Amino acid sequence: MSSTFAPRLSRRLGEVVFLAFCWVATGIALLALTAIMWSLLSQGLGGLDLDIFTKSTPAPGSDGGLLNAIMGSLMMCVTAMIGAVIVGILAGTWLSEFARESRYGKVIRFLNDVLLSAPSILVGLFVYGILVAPLKGFSGYAGAVALALIAAPVITRTTEDVLRLQPAALREASVALGAPVWRTIFAVIWKSARAGMLTGALLAFARISGETAPLLFTALNNQFLSFDMTKPTANLPVVIFNFALSAYDDWRRLAWAGALLIAATVLTVTIIARMLAREPRRS
Amino acid sequence: MTAAADPGAMAASRPRSARGGGLDRLFEAMCFAAATLLLTALGGIVVSLMIGGWPAFAHFGFGFFISSEWDPVQEIYGAAGAVTGTLVTATLALALSLPLALGVAIFLVELCPPVLRRPIGTAVELLAGIPSIVYGMWGLFVFAPWFAKTVQMPIMMSAQPGTVWETITTGVPNGAGILSASIILAIMILPFMAATLRELLLSIPPQVRESAYGLGSTTFEVIRKVSLPYIRTGAIGAVMLGLGRALGETMAVTFIIGNAHGFPTSIFASGSTIASTIANEFAEATGVLHTASLTALGLVLFIITFAVLALARILIGRQANL
Repeated sequence: MSSTFAPRLSRRLGEVVFLAFCWVATGIALLALTAIMWSLLSQGLGGLDLDIFTKSTPAPGSDGGLLNAIMGSLMMCVTAMIGAVIVGILAGTWLSEFARESRYGKVIRFLNDVLLSAPSILVGLFVYGILVAPLKGFSGYAGAVALALIAAPVITRTTEDVLRLQPAALREASVALGAPVWRTIFAVIWKSARAGMLTGALLAFARISGETAPLLFTALNNQFLSFDMTKPTANLPVVIFNFALSAYDDWRRLAWAGALLIAATVLTVTIIARMLAREPRRS
Repeated sequence: MTAAADPGAMAASRPRSARGGGLDRLFEAMCFAAATLLLTALGGIVVSLMIGGWPAFAHFGFGFFISSEWDPVQEIYGAAGAVTGTLVTATLALALSLPLALGVAIFLVELCPPVLRRPIGTAVELLAGIPSIVYGMWGLFVFAPWFAKTVQMPIMMSAQPGTVWETITTGVPNGAGILSASIILAIMILPFMAATLRELLLSIPPQVRESAYGLGSTTFEVIRKVSLPYIRTGAIGAVMLGLGRALGETMAVTFIIGNAHGFPTSIFASGSTIASTIANEFAEATGVLHTASLTALGLVLFIITFAVLALARILIGRQANL
């Protein structure tokens, strides 16, 4: 008890150990990010040449690129996003504008949150059960449906969250001018929540562009460039998975290049989404 | 449509007039249909897994859950190995990740210099954005060799023969296995838990923390005796959310767990999880019973994750209402 104000030694020691641990924990997280980014750049940058974008996946030992996989992924992600954006925005609007306190609304909100973090491989199994098995064939559309089912809950959640942030006065003003409800939502609420809704869509896009598990047995894979989504469709994640676990060095190099490509896309989209979300909100 | 009568935002701010009439009803019906579609999707997942997995339950009965034999040649399937693998990796991952996630969250809220707050916050969020398959490749080609050399080998060399420690650390020193998978999972769920914990810590009214500081508490004491008890319910929810993710994570685990069937007895041994088994075998499964057994495994995974995630949402929701 040397002083009334300075903490005792044991307390000070606990404090120092605790603070050090917090620093170390953050250090570990940052170290992991750096290590992964470094591996991606050092292993993937070498394989990232023009061939990647102009040639399709090769047989082992010959030249090739990832053109078919990139195109397939783009087609599936865009198709999925079109469906997911429509469903997600409407569902989010319903939760925020029409069913805020209703029992059914609460149930949907709760189940949507569960769907949001449900294992993506189960979504793959579901789509296999309803589309692949009955139609007797893997297809790009099945892959797109699986991806849409993963993206829609994300968009629903973010849409509801940003719409709820819009002040009630905005709705009242529109209504006072005599606008019908649909017009109020279209022209006032959605317009004012635009940036936030876009953020949600971008985050959903980032999420599905790296998804592999639900595509393994819905879109399967395709060695050739094809724009027919009723057939098995090549896609980056599954190609990376197959090539990374193969015994051929040139396939593995392509897998690293593909991984770099996907990670770069996802991270860029995430950062853009965050910057949009940072835009000043009117309150 | 019952929803029309609900006291939602629109209904509250405006009595329904004939003006927007038809279009209003059409628009609301579309929104309602979209929301119901999501509900249908979740219901569809359950039903399709039950129908698809039924032949396996019918054929093996309750033995499906007890047996750890998995033999596609003789068509004998048991879930115990994969279920145990799933629970063990997820629990280990949680045990490794939780202290770190707390540390990161506390760092960002209490210790971080304001200039660094945004860059570090973004960095942690980027860690959450990295696709699972990239974690898998990094785990297999970069982490596993390093782990085998610097951790696995020394531990295995120093283990006394005949002890329990020796039993739980036997395995092939190639860096792949249950513990490696858990460590990769821990890194993957860290940013999610850290983000939720941070939000919870920020939700504490400043007066509460400030009065604790005012009484002369150290940061450690404020966190331990004031902040953590305050966010307890939500924090448990955050942990469950992390657990839910770890349970269902597929690609990263498939890369690094070694994919051996059977009951895991050592943390360095190869194993499998429900998700990794499905990912590896489903597209190639030929027998009816094989497909059914994999789907039945999927149903087990769904039930486990649904319970965990539902609990997580309830706990986090309750905290948010405080």
